[in-house]
Amino acid sequence: MTDASLHTGPAAGELEREAEQADNRSRWMLSTPAIVIICLAAAGPLMVMVLYSFLTPGDYGNVKWEFSTQAWVNTILQRDIFDDTLMWADAHLSIFWRSLSLSLITTVLTFVFGLPTAWFIATQPPGKKEFWLFLVTVPFWSNLLVRTIAIQELIRAEGVINNTLKFLRIIDEPIQMMFTDFAIAFGMTYVYLPLMVLPIYAAVDKLDFRLVEAAHDLYATRWRTFWRVILPLVKPGIIAGSILVFIPSLGAYVTPRVLGGGKNLMFGNLIELQFGQGRNWPLGAALSLMLMAAVMVALIWYVRVTSRERADV
Amino acid sequence: MKMVAGQELGTTGMAVNSDAVAEEPAVEARRISKIFQGETEVRALDDVSVSIRRNEFFTLLGPSGCGKTTLLRVIAGFEPPTMGALYLAGTDISRLPPNQRPVNTVFQNYALFPHMSVANNIAFGLEMLGKPKDEVRQTVDDMLRLVQMEALKTRRTSEISGGQQQRVALARALAPHPEVLLLDEPLSALDLKLRKEMQIELKRLQNETGITFVFVTHDQEEALTMSDRVAVMNAGKILQIGSPQEIYQHPAERFVANFIGESNFLDATLSGGTVDLKAGGRYDVTVPEGVAEGSVSVLVRPEHASVRSGPAGDGEMSGTIETVVYSGEATTLHLRLATGEPLKARSPNSPGEGTLPGQGEEAAVSIGAGAVTVLRD
Amino acid sequence: MSEPAVQPRRGYSVRTLPGFAVMAVFCFIALYAPIIILVVFSFNAGTSLAIWEGFSLRWYAQAAANEAVQEAAVRSLILASIAATVATVAATMAALATTRTRRFPGRTMIYALINQPLMVPEIVTAVALLIVFAWIKVATGHTSLIYLITAHTAFCIPFAYLPIRARLETMDYTLETAARDLYASPWNVFSRVTLPLMWPGIIAGYMLAFVISLDDVVITEFVKSAGQETLPTFMLGQLRRVVTPEINAISTVILAAGAILVSLFFWLSRGRK
Repeated sequence: MTDASLHTGPAAGELEREAEQADNRSRWMLSTPAIVIICLAAAGPLMVMVLYSFLTPGDYGNVKWEFSTQAWVNTILQRDIFDDTLMWADAHLSIFWRSLSLSLITTVLTFVFGLPTAWFIATQPPGKKEFWLFLVTVPFWSNLLVRTIAIQELIRAEGVINNTLKFLRIIDEPIQMMFTDFAIAFGMTYVYLPLMVLPIYAAVDKLDFRLVEAAHDLYATRWRTFWRVILPLVKPGIIAGSILVFIPSLGAYVTPRVLGGGKNLMFGNLIELQFGQGRNWPLGAALSLMLMAAVMVALIWYVRVTSRERADV
Repeated sequence: MKMVAGQELGTTGMAVNSDAVAEEPAVEARRISKIFQGETEVRALDDVSVSIRRNEFFTLLGPSGCGKTTLLRVIAGFEPPTMGALYLAGTDISRLPPNQRPVNTVFQNYALFPHMSVANNIAFGLEMLGKPKDEVRQTVDDMLRLVQMEALKTRRTSEISGGQQQRVALARALAPHPEVLLLDEPLSALDLKLRKEMQIELKRLQNETGITFVFVTHDQEEALTMSDRVAVMNAGKILQIGSPQEIYQHPAERFVANFIGESNFLDATLSGGTVDLKAGGRYDVTVPEGVAEGSVSVLVRPEHASVRSGPAGDGEMSGTIETVVYSGEATTLHLRLATGEPLKARSPNSPGEGTLPGQGEEAAVSIGAGAVTVLRD
Repeated sequence: MSEPAVQPRRGYSVRTLPGFAVMAVFCFIALYAPIIILVVFSFNAGTSLAIWEGFSLRWYAQAAANEAVQEAAVRSLILASIAATVATVAATMAALATTRTRRFPGRTMIYALINQPLMVPEIVTAVALLIVFAWIKVATGHTSLIYLITAHTAFCIPFAYLPIRARLETMDYTLETAARDLYASPWNVFSRVTLPLMWPGIIAGYMLAFVISLDDVVITEFVKSAGQETLPTFMLGQLRRVVTPEINAISTVILAAGAILVSLFFWLSRGRK
């Protein structure tokens, strides 16, 4: 055994500290390009937008560098042009309401159609399962604008649906479907359906069917089993799917623009308006931040619900 | 065949002149501690000092979590020690990264590169050392012959069996002819029969290559079979270092005795060079350092206790047979001594009818001379 | 096919729920019908999007001859190639930094930043970029593709990052430890062991990033300078006018390209098992 006094090695903890510091350094260096690009073209501009929401709109778009809280006031209130009294900005409020209600309707519709689809895929035999899953995934990754155009061509006045109905002599005049709230809800349900199917599929796929058998064994009917056993067990997937559909619906821009036209605006289109004809960049910035806040609320709700679910298990 | 390839290769990397330091230990760990910070602080190695001789088959033996693998990883350079220093042939290598240490490892799961062939796996270390192509090819062939894998040279590592992967992992680690080969429970994934074969194989490879082997295992039989010396570890400390015979016959502590082989612990009184067992009998013993006179606990291996029917005579212990367990080559009797202490006695089965007492009978137990070991605990 | 007599009767299965299969089949039809109709009418000989007048490739020929389409297509491809390449390199590095690690200081922050573009609605990022880039454009007078490239790279990073990270997490770290043990320098460990093993993840990440960049409308619409149409923004502009099957022809080509890339992605991620 070596005498302790001969000990000449590194000081206590020195090697570990050096190794850890070198490791931290290399991890930060490796992350730098991604962080720089995202700060430059995603996270950073969001900060600038906060600043812009407190400026005065320029006469021909852009801003004047004068501090103002007017943009934030104008998000929900407006000043009467005759007597200068403040009142609710009805136009904005109705757009908020349309965004919220259409997003909720879309979420419910995708759930109604998505749950059976997910269930169907998950209960297929192993070889076929991948095929059906693939069929749901391909539309999900194909161009959103193209899929919206496909819906548009379907529901136009001279579209396939109206033409078929006329041909069958069910209607004489084409039904006006384009540029309605119905068109937006229909289109969003179509484009976001895979986002509901995939997480529910993942949940059903993990479902232990012995539990379902146990419920049947204990005299539950199919529907009681469905409500009392299956739904609670696939709930995490349903919640994930709902959030995945609700968030992009709330911020949708392309689908309402193409299918809703100039009158049936949603939140995203209202924001765009401020940077176009509206020429009110600070208001646009404030509205964008509001939309972002709404999305964050939904996300935080999701994180809290899921962490509670996980704690229960 | 003597290990030709290794001799030709000479030593790798920054190896030290072997004549000048012939008396230096191959590996010397001086007062090494390793503390893992986490939710709770884990002292994986607690002031461990050990020196491993050249050309030795040295085994680190202990239960899982005793720190044996951590010590191996510290030697390999994968884990920096919290305290202490590490010497290789007399040179401080504490600061050398693993790729500059002339030490190679055989990993528990083999860690063969799945995207390379068997031959490319074996060639990897040599290529990294910048050896000329001819030499690499020659050494790879020698290694394949050494582990009897020539036929599978071009196979992918995913296409060969566990035992074959084991051989490739060995060849890969031996190819650069390291100063020290570290083996981290390399046999644990093999089935019993293959494991026995590989034990002998490893011993042969160590003899042929003359490389220092540091072998980690939790299997005491494996340790006793293969090692020149064994270090028994528990809770981050080395409890005892010795030859397999020393460790088995004269364990220093109750933990070592318990971990290796089967044991009976009996109460006794130590005075001078003899112990008086509470259950009866007086035996000469060697007294280990640090054990005071008076009440002690002694170890008797079951195969050193012999049992006959009938009441105990002078210097014998009396007891009752509680259970008789037949296990093929031997029969084990579980007795309850008159003092209330339990005792196991094992005797080999001879052909023909046994003469051992049966269950419930009264019996007399005697212990062979030199079979009583005083424990420090 | 087995004999009908031997075929067991379908018994009581806990896996079937009444009406679910019908709903599912309806959903699959509904998912594909609009796309199929769109593709079919791209081959229409007439100008209608709903009345079939015979097979023809005239709209493909017209789209291919349209200079605006050519330019937009080339620009889309250039943009997607550069953005996906840069994003994949950055994402690969970031994935190496953030996987297989203890909690190092800042890990959560790096992780949040990388995924940030996924959390914020596209329209919000788009107007934020409009604000900042308008300011830079005015200040420097510079209006090249660099703005679009930067913006596309940023939102492609999280998409490239996901499959690369997933791949890395299934990789056995002891392989790299073994390489270091066998005298490989850090660079050699990466180039000889880590990179070859993570390659399928990198290719999958690149393809996702490419598809995402190719499909983007919203951010491109707000960031582009005059005359910098990509295929999707060009189509969005065309929708305001009288729509002819030319749009269908372009859409069909985009769909086909996307379907090929996604199929490749699927095939690659299956192959890694």
